[in-house]
Amino acid sequence: MKETTIPAKAETNVPDTRDESRTLIPAVDIFETNDGLVVVADLPGVETGTVDVGVEKNILTIKAKPAPGRTEDLALQEFRLLPYFRQFQLSEIVDQEKIRAEIKYGVLTIHLPKVAEKQPRKIAVNIA
Amino acid sequence: MATVYWDPFQNLEAVRREMERVFGQYEPARRILGSGLFPGASPRYPQLNLAEDKEGFHVEALVPGVAPESIEVSVLRDQLRITGSKAAINPDIKPEAFHRNERGAGTFTRTLTLPTEVDGDRVKADYKNGVLTLTLPKHEASKPKQIAVSVA
Repeated sequence: MKETTIPAKAETNVPDTRDESRTLIPAVDIFETNDGLVVVADLPGVETGTVDVGVEKNILTIKAKPAPGRTEDLALQEFRLLPYFRQFQLSEIVDQEKIRAEIKYGVLTIHLPKVAEKQPRKIAVNIA
Repeated sequence: MATVYWDPFQNLEAVRREMERVFGQYEPARRILGSGLFPGASPRYPQLNLAEDKEGFHVEALVPGVAPESIEVSVLRDQLRITGSKAAINPDIKPEAFHRNERGAGTFTRTLTLPTEVDGDRVKADYKNGVLTLTLPKHEASKPKQIAVSVA
């Protein structure tokens, strides 16, 4: 009997949620405001230009590379600055065009506004 | 008939053993959680890295979200003390609006005993992107001295 290989079905609709290297999981605060979600993440050692924030298929990805601190001659070591990586599944429809992010004192703040809901439309009925 | 005396200390000993058994079960969880049950065992904040070379010490502390104005560093002989406060993002947000609240806020103090005495007048502190870097030159008296060996 002939052996056949069935190719594994690759799901095209699932974004890549893996990252090969060792990473740190930053602590976050997530809260809702009237116009959307705000995500605040502690990213010590991260420069403004090295943060990568993206939303793809309703998954928010935060990636950042901190500047490596001093690593030689350590007498006491409590932390290592590795790349940060964390993802969140967003339940609300986020307006991707209007995402804003800023970083200050090593804290990243991401504003994710909701898509403006369509106003209920009134249809006038004309009497013929 | 043998007389049985009530020994209160024996009972205390039994209680102590029982307590140890109960808390012993939570040992791994305690190491992870740290705070809460035993405040003395809370994780240290801020996290520090200490490096030493011939001239002095270099300390790095992770203090994201802590305004540099609020940080105070003081040195007395070999005692280093860092205090500061991490501001809450927005006090107006209702607790029920939070999906996640992991970052925490409040004031902190951390003291560290350095291996030798440092020169308090020449300590430098820099703050960049949530990392506090301290340079602490060693005191002249605590630097190693080279002694020449003379041949008689």
